[in-house]
Amino acid sequence: MSDNKVIQVEKLTKMFGNFTAVNAISFEVEKGEIFGFLGANGAGKTTAMKMLIGISNPTSGKANVAGFDVFTRAEDIKKNIGYMSQKFALYDDLTVKENITFFGGIYGLSRTKIKEKSAVLVEELGLEAVANKLVGALPLGWKQKLSFSVALLHNPKIVFLDEPTGGVDPITRRQFWEMIYKAANHGTTVFVTTHYMDEAEYCDRVSIMVNGKIEALGTPRKLKEQFKVDNMNDVFLKLARG
Amino acid sequence: MKTILYIIQKEFKQIFRNKGMLPIIFVLPILQLVILSNAATFEVKNIKFGYIDHDRTSTSRALVEKFNASTYFNVLKNYPSETLASSDMLKGNVDIILQIPQHFERDLQKEKSNTLGITINAIDGAAAGVENVYISQIIKNFNKNIKTDLVQVSDTQIQPISIETIPLFWYNETLNYKTYMVPGILVLLVTMITLFLSGMNIVREKEIGTLEQINVTPIKKSQFIIGKLFPFWVIGMGLLSVGLILARLIFNIPIIGSLPLMYLYTSVYLLVILGIGLFISNFTDTQQQAMFISWFFVVIFILMSGLFTPIESMPKWAQMVTEFNPVKYFVEVMRMVMLKGSGFSDILTRLLKTVVYAFIMNGLAVWSYKKTN
Repeated sequence: MSDNKVIQVEKLTKMFGNFTAVNAISFEVEKGEIFGFLGANGAGKTTAMKMLIGISNPTSGKANVAGFDVFTRAEDIKKNIGYMSQKFALYDDLTVKENITFFGGIYGLSRTKIKEKSAVLVEELGLEAVANKLVGALPLGWKQKLSFSVALLHNPKIVFLDEPTGGVDPITRRQFWEMIYKAANHGTTVFVTTHYMDEAEYCDRVSIMVNGKIEALGTPRKLKEQFKVDNMNDVFLKLARG
Repeated sequence: MKTILYIIQKEFKQIFRNKGMLPIIFVLPILQLVILSNAATFEVKNIKFGYIDHDRTSTSRALVEKFNASTYFNVLKNYPSETLASSDMLKGNVDIILQIPQHFERDLQKEKSNTLGITINAIDGAAAGVENVYISQIIKNFNKNIKTDLVQVSDTQIQPISIETIPLFWYNETLNYKTYMVPGILVLLVTMITLFLSGMNIVREKEIGTLEQINVTPIKKSQFIIGKLFPFWVIGMGLLSVGLILARLIFNIPIIGSLPLMYLYTSVYLLVILGIGLFISNFTDTQQQAMFISWFFVVIFILMSGLFTPIESMPKWAQMVTEFNPVKYFVEVMRMVMLKGSGFSDILTRLLKTVVYAFIMNGLAVWSYKKTN
């Protein structure tokens, strides 16, 4: 494997009984890339992502994430990735700082490192005023930005974001994408699913999943050319409608 | 190790921040201990006693007076007829009807024997049995006095011969029901609270989605489980302490055996219960499911623990089942150590069984907790 390919997937398949949720998908993601993973609801995006982050066993195929095989080295993958789920998954009954401390601790960061990081984080996110407030009381947009930052706490090689901007206002979405760019500039690979086609335009490359298969893969510009339309929305509609 | 500390710290924060849970953990058990220990008694008292005196002599009156003097019976009424008495029993106004036949006194003096009719409401069989014993004792006692009287009256040389048993009630001389029940109810509380808390805890994280976030971290299964269970283990030990203090202060229960021994046993026992709770939460998706399954086990564990009904009187198969009931061992150990002052060697078999049980349950819990599905 070349050093630059941080995710390599070959014919990865997940079956639930007779239902094929993910049907032999293959793709590669390069270091520092922002990879958009698109698809309609139920197309199999989340299932595919769960296999890559090591919380769901693939049925067949091959996948290598951050240099480790998903079948045999799932726990090693987990040391090298960050994940932000669709559902807000920090603790509502802990404060901003306590959440940072907890997840930092679980990833094995030292106390001093955690302190340092959480001070920087709180400042960057502009959360100084609410740093000691329970996370449950924060507006959704702030929560999402916090989750993203927490996913990046341990400097992972890859960060997986599952619909990170769902239900978030346009300004916060813009800020969120600025954070994504910043992470990518630092060399973190970003693997992101989204339903917003304007966000797809921000990605270096995108794949579009339909019924468990990847039907299109390339830079947004190339895809638009390929389907002879002038925005990603139309690319998506053409594919998803079959 | 450090990872575990972070989890423990988080769990304690969450527990003490949950304003709805705190009273459930600390106040309800105390209330339950106080209420249940006073209410859950098998002592049969305040028996509603009625009689039909067909004789109306000093002897018959003396007999009724015996019942009146007893603290167990409330002598309510002299019924003029059997029909009235039995209709009153049907209504539940009276539990026992004593019928004193006509010529009771005369026959007693002449023939030196007589029969009394006693009707007992036996819907609650156990209570009826106890009532029967009380009545027999009172009549036997009455008999003894009468015999002496009769012997004098008839002036015979024959001395009454009778064998008397004088029971010595060991370990609970006064037959105080609370002495027997409080250690058991303490067991019940410690078990329920820790099982419910641990059973619901992980499933709650499943419900709110934080468990998935934990599963994508490199945390080890054993670290997570130890970190999760330790706080509830501490709470369980805390509950035991509070319960023991209450038992001593409020109920004046003797604690004859060694406290460290009780704590040693409880510390192992709690591991079993927490393992079961965790096992349940691994197989359920919602707190509701976890609650129902926990209840199922708690009810079986408690009813088959010998807490309320003696295991010796259960059918053979049920006795075999109780061998797998951790609550049974805990009840036995608590009663043995608290009331009899049993030592380490006396409870050793039970302790060993509990250790094995703890290993099995926690093994199953760790095995069934899957970070990758």
